[in-house]
Amino acid sequence: MTTPPILILHAPGTNRDAEAAVAVELAGGDPRIVTMNDLRVGAVSMSDFGGLLLPGGFSYGDALGAGVRLALELRTWLYEELTEAVRLGRPVLGICNGFQTLVRSGLLGGPDGPGEQPRVTLTDNSGGRFECRWVRLLVEPGSRSGWLGPLGGTKIRCPVAHGEGRVAVSAPEIVGTLESEGMIAFRYLSDDGSGGEDGPAGGRYPANPNGSVADIAGLCDATGAVVGLMPHPEDHVVDWQRPGGPPGQRGLPLFEAFVEAAR
Amino acid sequence: MRLRERADTALCAAPPLSSVRVPIRVQVTAADDPRAGHIVEVARLLGVPGLEACRVSRIHYLSGDLTTADIDRLCREVLADPVVDEVTVGFPSPNPHPAVEVMPRPGVTDTEARELERAAAALGLPPVRASTGRRYELIGDLDQDDIAAISRRLLANETIELHSLGVLEPSFDRPAPAEIRVESLRLSGLADDELARLSRQRLLSLDLAEMRAIQEHFDLEGRNPTDAELETLAQTWSEHCMHKTFRARIRLEHTTVDGSVAVSHHDGLLRALRRVTEEIDPPWLRSAFDDNAGIVAFDDRFDLAFKVETHNHPSALEPFGGANTGIGGVVRDVMGVSARPIACTNVLCFGPPDPAERDLPPGVLHPRRVRDGVVSGIGDYGNKLGLPTVNGAVLYDEGYVANPLVYCGALGLLPGGSHPTEPRVGDRIVAIGGRTGRDGIHGATFSSAGMDEMTAEQAGTAVQIGDPITQKGCIEVVEQARDRGLYHAITDCGAGGFSSAVGEMGEDLGADVDLSGVPLKYEGLEPWEIWLSEAQERMVMAVPPQRVEALRELCEHHYVEMTDLGFFTGTGRLVVRHGETPVVDLPMEFLHGGVPRREMIGRWIDPVPAGGDVPDVEPGRLVLDILSHPTVASKEAIVRTYDHEVRGGTVGRPFVGVRADGPGDGAVLKPLGTWHHDAAVALAVGINPRIGRLDPRAMALHAIDEAVRNLVAVGADPRRVALLDNFCWGDPTKPDRLGSLVRAVQGCVEGARRYRMPFISGKDSLFNEFAGEAIPGTLLISALGLVPDLHRTVASAFTRIGHDLWLVGDGSECLGGSLVDDLLGVGDRRVPPALADPLPMYVAVHRLIAEGSVTAAHDVSDGGIAVAVAEMAIGGRLGVEATLPGPGAGLVAALTNEAPGRILLEVPRARRDRLAARLGPLGRRVGTVTGGSTIEIRVAGSAGRPNSVGGRVVVDLEEAVRAFTGCGGSS
Repeated sequence: MTTPPILILHAPGTNRDAEAAVAVELAGGDPRIVTMNDLRVGAVSMSDFGGLLLPGGFSYGDALGAGVRLALELRTWLYEELTEAVRLGRPVLGICNGFQTLVRSGLLGGPDGPGEQPRVTLTDNSGGRFECRWVRLLVEPGSRSGWLGPLGGTKIRCPVAHGEGRVAVSAPEIVGTLESEGMIAFRYLSDDGSGGEDGPAGGRYPANPNGSVADIAGLCDATGAVVGLMPHPEDHVVDWQRPGGPPGQRGLPLFEAFVEAAR
Repeated sequence: MRLRERADTALCAAPPLSSVRVPIRVQVTAADDPRAGHIVEVARLLGVPGLEACRVSRIHYLSGDLTTADIDRLCREVLADPVVDEVTVGFPSPNPHPAVEVMPRPGVTDTEARELERAAAALGLPPVRASTGRRYELIGDLDQDDIAAISRRLLANETIELHSLGVLEPSFDRPAPAEIRVESLRLSGLADDELARLSRQRLLSLDLAEMRAIQEHFDLEGRNPTDAELETLAQTWSEHCMHKTFRARIRLEHTTVDGSVAVSHHDGLLRALRRVTEEIDPPWLRSAFDDNAGIVAFDDRFDLAFKVETHNHPSALEPFGGANTGIGGVVRDVMGVSARPIACTNVLCFGPPDPAERDLPPGVLHPRRVRDGVVSGIGDYGNKLGLPTVNGAVLYDEGYVANPLVYCGALGLLPGGSHPTEPRVGDRIVAIGGRTGRDGIHGATFSSAGMDEMTAEQAGTAVQIGDPITQKGCIEVVEQARDRGLYHAITDCGAGGFSSAVGEMGEDLGADVDLSGVPLKYEGLEPWEIWLSEAQERMVMAVPPQRVEALRELCEHHYVEMTDLGFFTGTGRLVVRHGETPVVDLPMEFLHGGVPRREMIGRWIDPVPAGGDVPDVEPGRLVLDILSHPTVASKEAIVRTYDHEVRGGTVGRPFVGVRADGPGDGAVLKPLGTWHHDAAVALAVGINPRIGRLDPRAMALHAIDEAVRNLVAVGADPRRVALLDNFCWGDPTKPDRLGSLVRAVQGCVEGARRYRMPFISGKDSLFNEFAGEAIPGTLLISALGLVPDLHRTVASAFTRIGHDLWLVGDGSECLGGSLVDDLLGVGDRRVPPALADPLPMYVAVHRLIAEGSVTAAHDVSDGGIAVAVAEMAIGGRLGVEATLPGPGAGLVAALTNEAPGRILLEVPRARRDRLAARLGPLGRRVGTVTGGSTIEIRVAGSAGRPNSVGGRVVVDLEEAVRAFTGCGGSS
């Protein structure tokens, strides 16, 4: 079996790159942390990699809003490389700040076409502050993501740690559209802390930690190659990382599917 | 989109010019901003109930050669989120509601503006200068006084921000470059009162003996000092940098209870702490007190560096910025020993959260605002650096209303032996990181004096806002530069700025520095200001000339600015120039050795140890009251705003149990890069200012015990523990303050001996006074331990019905210094006795946890044993029945005393014999986890005694959950 090289993008302020690398490695990939600088000047090319992972952090301090400046740079400097990778079906995974960046750049939840407006965004948590806690996720069975598909119905326990993770839509009917188009990749599940109890979070805090509409925790794009989510499955890849409760429901299968798609 | 149309309409209203030179204003309002509700809530607490709603907007001013299309693009791609934001370009139309606008003062870090300028560049737009702020439309029944109160006390901090009712416009005028001016200050022939006046006027915080020593030095050189020389000496000799009190010779007059006075002489408090560490000298100790942080071995490849600092005065004046830069500073301390920072801690002491505003001394911020600001400052910096904030405490006490305490800690990991500490002659002096501004000037001298209501006016420049992303870049650079051997020595730029960093690093060599190449945030700085600036996020390294280019490339790769300041000379003199203009020329020997040693007097009078009167209370109610006391109650509302999971190595968490809302004891961390074995790191703290009021020496022993039992309770080995001390005291020139400080140091020394644990680092923050009122002398003990196997850690929550509850250690009938004494006004002045030989007990408990005999463990501290049992029940959502041994006192004392050395253990029944064998008389089985809906505690032999209701207390579990989680931590 090959160990596909995975590009882990590092911009100033990125900070969950090392854990993402561990997750990719455990999943059988070959993680390479590459700076935005190296990509921009062409020292490294995206086409040399089987997959692209945008990890969590606070790119450029999120001073203009989460992921805004990094998204701008992706669009300005790397858009062709990136869309080419997506066209070839290479998996792109954005976690937390990486998800925010993909949404800001229009790669996720973006406009249907030129001149159209974005339908989905990530904005301030409804609690008004940064929040760190463990949640439960469901990999949405109906998502159109080819590489995520086999995991449909899988449950994952992992932490969230963000202040701007509330999925909001430009009009209520957009939720139905996202559902019917298979764009919803992850949802928050109810959580009694022990890994028991099933069922949707139903918008209730803290199972849905940020007030996201329809409990949406992650999205995919129309091609299915690009997937993003707010929580951190890379922080639960081995059993000792979990805060009590029975073992299992790790985030590792997500990275295994990602690496598999990158082969 | 609906909102886009608004944006377009607004754009049409903008000046129909193809290009604009006057600043353009862009206002962005989110459809529903969750901060608005918070503002309304806090306004009510500040005594402005008329505020019904608030509309928050971000404002941006852009100056540059921009077309309307450019502005449209900036709005769409950078400034506004089309799904939730509404945009107004140009000035807002008249509004029925008053609007307050707030902007940073010129020179205060505005990262949003800087990022906006860079984003415009990335879009390929012409150069833009930006300025940002906030606009608050206030809706409700408000008069002018209400608006003024909200503006000053809630929306803006006048120390760093401007505010106005109505539109506020920034000035884009560039300050003129400073004339390179070095002033000579006349010292020669000045009389004592003139010397003292000079020290006061220039905020030097030097006493007369020190001013005289400086005068004498320059008389011998036959000249007067320059402004920069005098400032350099003041910084280097400040209490903050030199620890003059901790190095002083002290005469202690100690009046004991029988009225006799024992006089003792103390030849340096710091020396006493160092000596006891040398005495213990465990083989795993790498570096104690010598460097920016203490270092101990972790495994065969890695060492751990740990440091705790305080940032009290800055946090009193500008809570967000003060705490923000407090974290930044302590993280740079561990970078200063070549370590990669891996975690943060913090301990916060505030005034009670809800005093009426009118009760506050003038010039003091509301404790609620201090708390909110400090908490967001800590979260902002640690979260953005990607460091888990894993451990700490929050205390509330009247003594901290005007002078809060903000302790910030950082843990780092470095390959063993990888920290170079020897600069060589010819090495370049290289600074990396943030630019230098006027910020932070006089920080060291400012923290070496007390505060009063005028301090906020004078100290504007001492307070600053951090820039964690710049520091994050420095972390990457330092780690890689270390691994590639690019430097011979490294230190952080802390108090005193370049003057301290270069002065200390070049102490044995001498240095030649040219300030003309230092990158500045803005023009207008005089040479002494550049030299003394405490601008954040800067590190200084000694770099061999042939490695400078490699370091430069590394810095560019991480977008970190680097400057070559000069070189180490070997002349033994500190020479600073600005181009050709001489600025400083001092012998290193005088700079570091010229300060006269202080002779000081301390007095301490032991309080008469009288017992108090426990009032008649219903014990069940009392337990609930303690659970909801802000010091005991859940800190979730605070701690969940800190990322405690980043780096994926958090094993022991701040919250535990089935609903993750029980309190954790210590933190357990598995550092990235060490996953090839099972050992982990544990961190914990101990602090109790209430005991310190009665007996500072006992406070030290109790704080050490608390930190240690917290560590042992999560699985750490008590034979592998290192301690840190942080003393926050009042003005040490007042004998009562100093007497209490000496007693606390004596307690530390005694504690290190009894527990056989070395102190590896420490810090003192003195002059914590406001208008002559000192804080209660407060000692924080931070402890760093080793967990042999991360699979053998336990949490405090009950895990299973039918398991036994065991108690290790004994209670006391003394309530002195306890929370319940404070709560009920008991007035007991007897502190429970400290442990004489604690190690065997803790080793026994550790063995039980390490062998897997224990399923939960919780230390008994604030609030006493009933609260500790309740917390275990809350975490596990399981009821419990327990019968405690009676101490011969009443029920209340038995349930709430805070005697040290007690740990509760939850143990499977099958392990009874094991426990009995290991613990012997040290522990006993006291109860059973029932799974019922109540917490029921009997005290043996207490029925019929005063304050007992049949000798037992029964608390409903759900009520206990509500009391613990329901208040005290909300914000």
